[in-house]
Formats: sequence, structure tokens, C-alpha cells
Amino acid sequence: MSAKNGSTPGFLAHREGDSVAVAVVDLPAGPADGGYLHSSGDLHVELTEAVPLGHKFALHDIDAGADVIEYGARVAIASKAIHKGEHVHVHNVRSARWQHSVVS
Amino acid sequence: MAAQRRQLTGYRRPNGAVGIRNHVVVLPVDDLSNAACEAAAKTIPGSLALPHSYGRLQFGEDLDLTFRTLIGTGANPNVASVVVVGIEPNWANRVAEGIAATGKPVETFAIEGNGDLRTHEKVARVLAQFMRDASEVQRAPVEPGELMMSIKCGESDTTSGLGSCPTTSEVVDRWVAAGGTVLFGETTELTGGEHFIAERCIDDDIRKKFQQLFDNYLDLVERQGANLLGSQPTQGNIAGGLSTIEEKAMGNIAKTGTVPVVDALRPAEAPTRQGLNFMDTSSAAAECITLMAAAGAVIHLFPTGQGNVIGNPIEPVIKLTANPRTAELMAEHMDLDCSALLRRECTLDQAGDQLLDIVERTVNGRLTCAETLGHREFVITKLYPSA
Repeated sequence: MSAKNGSTPGFLAHREGDSVAVAVVDLPAGPADGGYLHSSGDLHVELTEAVPLGHKFALHDIDAGADVIEYGARVAIASKAIHKGEHVHVHNVRSARWQHSVVS
Repeated sequence: MAAQRRQLTGYRRPNGAVGIRNHVVVLPVDDLSNAACEAAAKTIPGSLALPHSYGRLQFGEDLDLTFRTLIGTGANPNVASVVVVGIEPNWANRVAEGIAATGKPVETFAIEGNGDLRTHEKVARVLAQFMRDASEVQRAPVEPGELMMSIKCGESDTTSGLGSCPTTSEVVDRWVAAGGTVLFGETTELTGGEHFIAERCIDDDIRKKFQQLFDNYLDLVERQGANLLGSQPTQGNIAGGLSTIEEKAMGNIAKTGTVPVVDALRPAEAPTRQGLNFMDTSSAAAECITLMAAAGAVIHLFPTGQGNVIGNPIEPVIKLTANPRTAELMAEHMDLDCSALLRRECTLDQAGDQLLDIVERTVNGRLTCAETLGHREFVITKLYPSA
């Protein structure tokens, strides 16, 4: 995806301190530029794999069992270790809430 | 910040409530009466039948909710007048009396002893008169504070939390600041973020009320012992990038503004307090909006990610998306494309302005995408099996 201008982000994070950001275009593996939804800071991440529009990736390494932070809140628990730049989804995170919902 | 930027107009009903549509409704009390109602509505163009699946042998809380939904639907200020039809007269009269308390014209018919064809003719004659009468009700200037709004999102993805929900949030805050009332619900879809809603409740009584409704719903889910990964998040949610119920909840909550939660309501219960009200509802779009319309909401905001197509027969549903793919591929369903937010080409304040502009035009008569496409989903929430 080519940007119309230098400020069009490839991804957005909700809050500073979030451990994941969301691709707002289909992002290929490799370098990606983005920023924050509610503040002006710029972010740069080296993606280890392609991340489709609307999907998340890690902004930093996340240990197995650690909280995954988005919106400044816990939105999941890492079901395995996740590296910075890696796609974050149902294959490597799970709900901390539904007691009967266990990813096989 | 004032919500109103242009003169709004609406239909003032005999009880003072204000609507933005002027529907003449033929309302079946039960599934058996659908055929006669639909036939009569077909005979009288412009009248509106609201067929549904229930209304027989219900009891207890479930029956109360069906009555509250039917009465609330007829009482909604978007409705000018109602013909109520039931297989038996007792429940039909009960529903009609509830609606008639608003002062609007109501007639009742029972099918037993008459048959569908005689009922069809009698209902059609009344509908024809009601249509003529309704056509003479004039729009009058109204204030935004007189118009009850409801919000619910669906087919959410991560763009909902980034764009369409925060845009809705802007309008919620402005609507409440202008003296308006807004309903939100989707009890299970607060899971993981329910403490944020509890914190926003205006006092401990309301907080306790909210927590009780939330805990009851979660108990129901847990009692089933089911693996909800297949339904919360939905397959569409997951395809769109949402991974857990908590993440979905945070996006959901992102549409509720920043104003306090002034009350926690039972399903289809009419609010009595101005401001943002929580209502205990299913997160299924048609059930939720049907309950909100039955509580008196006259205009609905529906943020979507992957592209829900929901409408409601009496409450116009405005849909918005920040997902550029959905905005392009499902353009006929989307009243507002706010994907510019994701490109950082506009601010949330500007997106809020755009949505408020569409809200105001819709109040004044602009048809929503769902109205033009004939989406009239009317679904009664059933609490348990009938007797």
C-alpha cells in the first residue's frame, strides 16, 4: 500500500504503553511506520510476517502468560511467547474472562 | 458543546413525546396473527406490519418482557397510530390499553370468531383511516433533548474501536450535553471492561443495579458451560482481527462517550433519567435494537467494522464504518464512511461533526441506508421456553 503522503500511518496504537497496535492497511513483512490514535508520536516496527488490515501485532516482546495491553487495558493473555513485530491473534492469545473458553 | 446546528423537526405525540417518523403500525400480539396483519398492511400501502414469532403460552418474566416490548413498540413516538391484532381478545386488549395510555389512536381486533378474511377487511378499513389521519400530522420544531437516541455496534472489528465507535462517542457526549437521553446495552459484550462502566455509574445504587444485571447475564452464560469462543467474538469479529471478548468489549465501550451512566434498566424499560442509560440486552443486533425502540428510542447509531446490515421497522438505524474495505464493498449500507480517521486525514471532532450532520438530517426526514433497503428486523427477546 502506498501512502498518499508521509503522515498516512500503516498502523495505529490506541494508547502509549499498549503492547499491540492495529494495521490500518494490509501490511507486508518488513518495516512499517505508524503512530498513536490519540497522540502524535510516531512508531516504527519491523514486522516478522504480513499483518492484514484490522489485525494486531506486538509492539514489544510479550512473555507467555503475560497480559496483552490495548486501549491501556488488558484485552488478552499471551498463550505463548510473542516477539516484537509478530502477528497477534487467536493463535497466540486467549481470553482471560470466559472460564470455559480454552483454545485447543 | 451544543448538539444542534440546524433546526430539528419532529412529530409531537399527544403525551408530549417526540418522534422523527410517522408510522401507522399493525401489530400482531402473537405469531398466529401475522398473516392477517401482513395482508392488511399490503392492502393499505404505507402502513407497517410488525410480524414476530411469539406471544402464545408465555408466562412470568418472559411474558412481561413480550408485553413490554409490544406495548413499547406501539407507544414509540415514531409511531402515529396502531391497530393491535390477536388470536384472542384478552392479550390484544392488554397490549392496546398499554399503547393507548400515550393518547395515540389505537384499535383492537381478535381473529377468533371472525377468521383472517373478515379481520383483514376490518383492519384494512381502520388502517386506511389512520393513514389519512397520520398524513395530516405536521412536523414541528423540536429540541435534540426531546429525542431519545440509542447505540449498539455489530460485526465489529478493530477498526470499530479505532474509528466508528469513537466517532459515535463524540455524538453521545454532545447529545447528552444538549439535554438528550442515550441508551446503550449489549451486556455480555462489556465483559472484560465492565469495571469501566461500573466506575462511570453516578452512585452506588446504580452501580449495584448495573453489576447485578451484568452478573446475572454472566451467570446465565457460565451455567450453560458452553465454549463461547465460537460466538463471542463471532467468526466475523475474528476475521476482522478481534481476538477476545475483552478486546471486543473495549471497542464496544469506546462508543459510549465519557458522560456518567445515570441508570441501569431492564430490557425494554423506558428510561426516566436524562443522560446515558445502560439497558440489559442481548448483543444480537435485532434483539437489542428492538428492545431499545420499545423503550422509546427514536434514532439509532450503529458503528460496524466488517459490515452489519441491520435495520429496524420503526427506529431509523444510521450505520457508520471506519473500515475502508467495508465502506467500499458495502457502500449501500453505510450512512457514513469515517475511514479517514484511520489515515489520520481527519480528527475525531471532525468525524463527530459529520455524524451529527447525518443524525440531524435523518431526524428531519432523510432516509437511512437501512430504510431505503427495506431492513425491518423486529425480534422479540425470549427469556425461556413457553408453557
